[in-house]
Amino acid sequence: MNSELVGREFPPTAPYLVGREKVREFARAVFADAPQHLDVDAARAAGYADVVAPPTFPMVIQDLTLQQLLSEPDSGIVLARTIHAEQRFQYTRPIVAGDELTAQLAVTGIRSLGGNAMITSEASITDAAGDHVVTAVSVLLVGSDSEGETA
Amino acid sequence: MTELTVGDVIAERTLHLTRESLVRYAGASGDFNPIHYRDDVAAAVGLPGVLAHGMLTMGIAASVALSALPAGAEVVDYGVRFTKPVVVDAETGADVHILAKVGAVDETSARIDLTVKAAETTVLVKAQLRVAL
Repeated sequence: MNSELVGREFPPTAPYLVGREKVREFARAVFADAPQHLDVDAARAAGYADVVAPPTFPMVIQDLTLQQLLSEPDSGIVLARTIHAEQRFQYTRPIVAGDELTAQLAVTGIRSLGGNAMITSEASITDAAGDHVVTAVSVLLVGSDSEGETA
Repeated sequence: MTELTVGDVIAERTLHLTRESLVRYAGASGDFNPIHYRDDVAAAVGLPGVLAHGMLTMGIAASVALSALPAGAEVVDYGVRFTKPVVVDAETGADVHILAKVGAVDETSARIDLTVKAAETTVLVKAQLRVAL
């Protein structure tokens, strides 16, 4: 694992426009049947501008930053040996359909754990005005080269 | 506004996952890792079977809690640790049991603690959803 990844600068991801049908599609996929995810009128009655993305939806955008990380030639991260250990979303406001979101990757920590490494990767997600919406934090457990595959 | 008291169970549901659920989540999320739909790939990397995406399990747990709260309850924080995988059999699928209990309440927010099990095994730990009320 390459500890020089901590503090490295990455370019922001291309803007992601959150579509209403995408929110509904994602909501159905995670069995989210609360009305604010599916019904525009119900969402507006509850004070939102449009349908609200389920809380784990930012993973779709964070994934763009994880692809940036994996494609660093010196990352030392092999997907087949990587386990998703922890995930967290810290919101300033909910994501609603119509938002245009950009993610900024930061690797905030790498520590060794036996022959493995724990890597903490954060995606700070902002809207078109540049205001913070949510930070998505992933902890990945990356197995060492010498071990068998752990997937 | 709902009155929430620490210790209250706000929701308890068992959701049935099938391979279709996994393919649907793969499409919706963009996570097409084949260990979530191909038995041969799962076996080749030493897994006990095709697994549900951890993010799917995390997602459905939140859905159960949010269905029991007012539509205006905004999620301010949601975190989990993934401990055990959920194996989804091609024929019989998998049942995921979710219990949502109020863990803490203050003036403006509540913490919902989620217990998530599949086949009697806890699959997510420290699964906590904080909502503004």
